[in-house]
Order: sequence, then C-alpha cells, then structure tokens
Amino acid sequence: MFYYYLRLSALSYRRNPILSSLMVFAIAIGVGAYMVIFTLNYVMGGNPIPQKSAELFHVQIDSGNPNTQDDPPPQLTYLDARALIEANSAFRETPTSKMSGILEPEGDDVRPFSIVGRGSSADFFPMFNVPFLYGTPWDGSADRNLQQVVVITKELNERLYGGNDSTGKTLRLHGYSFQITGVLDDWSPVPKFYDVNNNAFEGSEEVFIPWNLITSLEFPRNGNTSCWKAPEPGPDGFLNSECVWVQYWVELRDSDEEADYLQFLNNYAAQQKEFGRLPREMNNGLFDVEEWLLKQEVLPNETKILSALAAMLLAVCLLNTIGLLLSKFLGKSGEIGVRQALGAHKGSLFLQHVIEAGFIGLLGGLLGLVVAAAGLEGIKILLGEDLMRTDWIQLNPTVVAVTLLLAVFATIAAGFYPIWRACNINPAIHLKTQ
Amino acid sequence: MEIGPILRALARNKLGVMLIALQIAFTMTVMVNAVFIIIERSKAMARPSGLDEPNTFYLSSTGFGDQFNPEVTERDDLELLRNTPGIIDVAPTNAIPVSGSGSSDGLRLDDDPTLPAIPAAVYYSDEHAVNTMDLKLIAGENFSSNDVLYQRPSDRRGYTKAVVSLALAEVLFPEEGQSAVGRTFYNDSYPVQISGIVETLQTPWPTSSFTEQAMIVPLHFISATSTYLIRTEPGERDRLMVETEEVLATNNPNRIIRGLKSMDETREESYRLDSAMATILFTVIATLVFITSMGIVGLAVFGINRRRKQIGTRRALGATQVEILRHFMIENFFISGVGVSLGAVFTIGFSIMLSSLFESPTMDWYYTPVGMAILIVIGQVAVLGPSARAAQIQPAIATRSI
Repeated sequence: MFYYYLRLSALSYRRNPILSSLMVFAIAIGVGAYMVIFTLNYVMGGNPIPQKSAELFHVQIDSGNPNTQDDPPPQLTYLDARALIEANSAFRETPTSKMSGILEPEGDDVRPFSIVGRGSSADFFPMFNVPFLYGTPWDGSADRNLQQVVVITKELNERLYGGNDSTGKTLRLHGYSFQITGVLDDWSPVPKFYDVNNNAFEGSEEVFIPWNLITSLEFPRNGNTSCWKAPEPGPDGFLNSECVWVQYWVELRDSDEEADYLQFLNNYAAQQKEFGRLPREMNNGLFDVEEWLLKQEVLPNETKILSALAAMLLAVCLLNTIGLLLSKFLGKSGEIGVRQALGAHKGSLFLQHVIEAGFIGLLGGLLGLVVAAAGLEGIKILLGEDLMRTDWIQLNPTVVAVTLLLAVFATIAAGFYPIWRACNINPAIHLKTQ
Repeated sequence: MEIGPILRALARNKLGVMLIALQIAFTMTVMVNAVFIIIERSKAMARPSGLDEPNTFYLSSTGFGDQFNPEVTERDDLELLRNTPGIIDVAPTNAIPVSGSGSSDGLRLDDDPTLPAIPAAVYYSDEHAVNTMDLKLIAGENFSSNDVLYQRPSDRRGYTKAVVSLALAEVLFPEEGQSAVGRTFYNDSYPVQISGIVETLQTPWPTSSFTEQAMIVPLHFISATSTYLIRTEPGERDRLMVETEEVLATNNPNRIIRGLKSMDETREESYRLDSAMATILFTVIATLVFITSMGIVGLAVFGINRRRKQIGTRRALGATQVEILRHFMIENFFISGVGVSLGAVFTIGFSIMLSSLFESPTMDWYYTPVGMAILIVIGQVAVLGPSARAAQIQPAIATRSI
C-alpha cells in the first residue's frame, strides 16, 4: 500500500510539475538556509570535549577593580596562578598562556621564523585528551625544574623534520635550546575551549612549553593582558601586579572534589584579603567547559541574529507550502471525489495525502542538502581561511539527518490543514460536473 | 468601486488571506531588520580611521640571539626608512589603528581611583606619528623629539603629554572641544597634559564602545620587536612594501621581518565579518522576496482558476478587462495591507528584541513605513501577471459547463 501511495505521489507530482517543483524548491530553500545557520550554531555553540567537559573547570578568582561593577576578570594574575600551582590541590591542573617566539631551524637553508606557542603544565595533555603521534608529554618534574622541553604539533613536525619521529631532538626557540619530548597528532578543538579569550575559533598553537618558562626565559606573551592598576616599575613589577593574563584549568573527578577545590579557593582568597589583596567581595568560581563557553559568550551575536532570521525564512517557506498544498489538493477534488465514491475510507485518503506531502518534503530535503552545502561553502569563502579556522564549516551527519527529518515532518505538518480539507470534501458536488 | 464585493470575497477565504499576509509579515520583519543591520554596519565601516590608509603599510621586526641590539637596530631602521625616496614618514608604534590589537588605559580627571575611568586607546610612538598617520591637527601642537621617552616594557609608563582625538577631548572635557588643549588628565596617579588635538584617530578596535577615543603619547618601548608604520607617496606603496621588507630582512641577520600588511588589507580583515554578514543578509532578503512573490503568484493563480467562471460571468455582464485587472490588484492590496500591518508589529517587536538582547542601536522610525510601502509594491508587481491573465478570460466561458 505504501508503495502504491508513493507511486500516486509521483504521478501527482508529474501532473502538476510547476506547482510541485515550486513547493520542493521553497522547502529546499527554507530548510537549507536554516541548516546552514544550524550548522554554525551546532559547532560554534557545541561541546568540543563531551567525554570530559563536566570534569574540567575554569578557575575564577575575582581580582578586579573595587571601584567598578565589571564582571570578574576572565583570567588570573601571575600571583594567583603561582599560588594555585604550588598548592597543587586538584587531581590535575594547568595554568596556560599564549606566547610567541622566534624558531631557528637547524642548517642555513631555512630562515628563522616566528611561531605562536602556549605555556602549560604537563597535566594539560592528559586533561584535555590531547593525542600524541610520537613521544609523550614532558614529565611533571620538568614544570618544577624549569627544564627546557617542548611538544610540537604534527604540522610543525612535518615542516621541520619531514614528518619523522623528532622526539629527543633539539629545537632552538627564543634563543634557547629545547628538547622535543613529543609530537601531537591532529588536535584542534572547535571552539578552542581552553582559550576563549584569544579568538575561540583559531587553530591550535604550534609549540607547547612548560608554563613557568614564559616568565623565567622572558618569552613575549601573545594573549590578552588586562590591568586595572598600573604595575609597579621594575622587572618584577609586572609579575606582582594585578594584571590578569593566565588561564587556569583544573580537572575534578566528582562533586566532592569540586566542593573541596572551591573551599580551597575561598580559603586562599580569604588569606589574600588579609594581605590586602583582592579588594572586591569574595567571588570565586569553578565553571565547567560548557558553563565557561556560555559565560564567555563564545557564540557570536551574528549567529544568534541569523538563527532568528533563518527561522523566519523557514516559516515563510512553510506558509508558502501550506498555500501551495492547499491549491494542489483542492485542485484534485475531482479525483478525491471519485475515490471516495468508489469506497475509499477517509483514513486511507488521509494516509495517501500524508505520504504525498512527505514525498514532497523528502525531495525538498534532498535539494535542501544541496542548498545547505552550497550555503556553507559560500560562508567559508566569505569568512576566508586566514583569520579563523573554517574547515569545520561543512555538512556533518547530524545536520544531514536533521535536514531530512525537518523537511519531511515540516511538510507533513504544513500539510495537515490542506489534507484535512481535501479529505472532507463532499464527493457529490465533484461528481456532478464530471 | 467594487471594494465591498472584494472584501466579501476575501472574507470567504480567510485562510488564503492569512497565509499570504503572514508570509508578507515575516518577509517584512526579516527584510527591514536585515536592511537596518546592513546599513548600521556599513556606517560603521565607512568611519575614517584618520590615517591616509591607501598609502600606508606596516611591518614588524623581531630580533633574536645575543647579537641583537634592539635600540641600535631600531635607530638604524628608522633612519634608513625615513631617508628612503618615496617614503613620506615612518613612526614606531605599539599598535595599528583598526587592526584589532592594541593597548588601552583608563583616564580620570583627578588622581582618585574611585572616579569613573574613561577608556582610551594608547599609541606609544614618537613625534613622527602625527605626520605618518597624516592626522589633521586642529588645535595645539605635536610633541617634539625632546618629549619622547625611551623605556623598557617593565618600566613605569610615565608619559606626561598626549595628542588626543577630538572625540576623546570631548569625552574628557565636555563642551570644551578644541579648547581642551593644555588641560590635564590622569593616568593612574600620573598627570598628562593635552598638547594637541587631532580631528580623527580611531582605536585599534572597530567594534569597541570607544572606537573614536584614542591618543598618541611620546613614549616608546624598546624591546626585541619593533613595529613600523610607514606612509608613502601616492602610488608608491606596493613597490615600497616589497622593497622595505627585502632591505630590512637582509641588512640584519639577527632578526626576522613579519606582519607586512597594508592598511587596506587590515581594514578588509577587521571588517570581514561585517561584510560577510551583509552578503548573507542580502542573500536572505533576496530569497525571501522571491519565495513570497512566488507564493503570491501561486495563490493568485489558484484563486483566479477557481473563479474562472465567475470572471467570465462578470465579463459577460459587461465588466471591462480593466475592471477585472483592478479587482485582483485591489484584492492583493488588501491582503498585503493586512500583511504589512501585521509585519509592522512583528518588525518593531523583533527590532526591540534585538536591540535589548545585543545592546545595539534601535531602528529609526521610518524603516517600518518604508518597508511597508516596498512590500505593497512587491505584492502589486507579483500579482500583475496573474491579474492580466485573468483579464484575458473570455466572457464565453460563462456559458460552458466547467
């Protein structure tokens, strides 16, 4: 029966090709455009590390200006970050900051070049499930002993060592020699949740070094730095200042650990207040990955506005479909009258038209996939490749499935009234004129 | 006029009217708000930075190794570049206007941390900055080479003079404008005197709340990285970009040259999201207008086909072709009227929602009536074809049985 109705749907399509194509086209545009924006929202507002996001927490200590009502600063001061490392109270923890440096390759044929890097602790890699192609992270003792060790990305390894295992080799960075302990495999979460303060949609850094070396070897810092009070003059003035530039992540395995760590933070802040620091009211916090992305408003306003507009575009396309289905089904009054007169149940007429609407919806959905793919490609071209990562802007299986389902169900929903009208016509009127 | 019968005919087809009216309402909401966003963004993109952008470029030099002497290198570079034919002037700077990355300070009128701070972008540079940026000095004077302090990044940022943008002067000293020259403000506890006011100088952040509030201070930091802003004679920029990079890269082996970029490229990159947004919105508007017009045509054709016999009868009873045409045009006008009235409510509601959610400016009042008028015209144009076809229906059709 299903196939029979499907064949009727195809026949019906051929009888009214323009009207039917218009419907398919409208659904394709509406659903396709909606899916483009859905993809952007789905990835940009998505969870980049679902396996662990509830166990990873961004640490907030409110070291802000007591004379303003601003939100607490999103990063920590050097003083607070050092204190947290030394206390070592979390299961795993890492301070992290962006830096840059000049890399001097061996030999004279390649000129030195500038690279962007990140300082972190050894815990950074297991915490964030960072995959390794060769070697391992550095040992935790390297953090404490200021050992000059480095982990490089797969791309940099390709560029410098032709993709061969380079662990154990020496890299000249910022005028110092670093020993390579590991090479990362492809790793570039979107959004870049571990550092949303410096462009949440850019690619990963090229080298990772122990965070303590940023200050001890005076690497140029490359990330956001914000001070509400000017640092005192002198070489240590900046380090002892209220300038924030360090992000701090901890891994806490259950709610007990979370409560303990928050208690520890509060104790620490209370102690600092006694020394005259942290003049604002105590406001420490732990935010897991999803909370943090939400709090930092990683999803751009543009995509939120576009979602609303795309929803209205979809609404217009569906209203259009209701109107066109109405025309189409009422145009078939004669045929329906004949079928009813020959004894067709209202139920089977209803089913037939639901299948016909679904058939149109499916065609619209398939064409909508083309529209969505083209739209995403267009957005990729508009955004360019030089400012942010755009390789994630493409159809993914979830989006394909949602597109098809949305198209079929929306069309059937839009068809309910036209179908109801079509099934309730009086056969006598339409048989009279035949 | 046949308004009475038209309205009665419409009242019998409420659903058809509502379908089209709702489409028009949503189309109008999207169209008007999208056009407003596009216009707002293009206004923001059209604001001048104050610089002679077409003839300006910049690059950075970063030294490495023990052999590198940043002080000497920068002095030599500046001398070399300033004496290069085709280059008008060069200034070292910590930040580039419009680029998105820079430094800001909170300024106060007194040495009192409880006073509200006025944010301003700070360009750390020397006495060549005003000329290099081609800024229009409208009051006071530029600082001299004697005023320029050279410091390490860790030193106290104790600048005592500043050339400020007129917008910043007006925020600091309201109603004084150009006569604020010589006035003093505070950066932390350090007094700073306004030595000159320039007409326009933007901050590095095009989307910040204080885009026009910037100043140049006579303080220069010596570090391994120097950034040079370079203004050339008209038409010489592209040649000099290549040559300058080459000369600087080869005359000192202990540094690399990076970040070579023209101001035009910088502007394009900084506003790329805005122009992408504009393109996307244009596409959405065009698609919507097309779909809605198709919907109007589709339903009009349907309505006409259903009433062929009535139309034929009216023609047979003496109605002219023009009267038939007018009937359907007026019918559409009423449907569109319901649509745009509903659309006006949606449009204003949506615009209020957007401005409160994103703290964006509210829409000017005239957008809504203009949008209503445009959609009525679109409706009339869309229905013109089907109506003309209806007018062609022969009176003889009234005599046929179907």
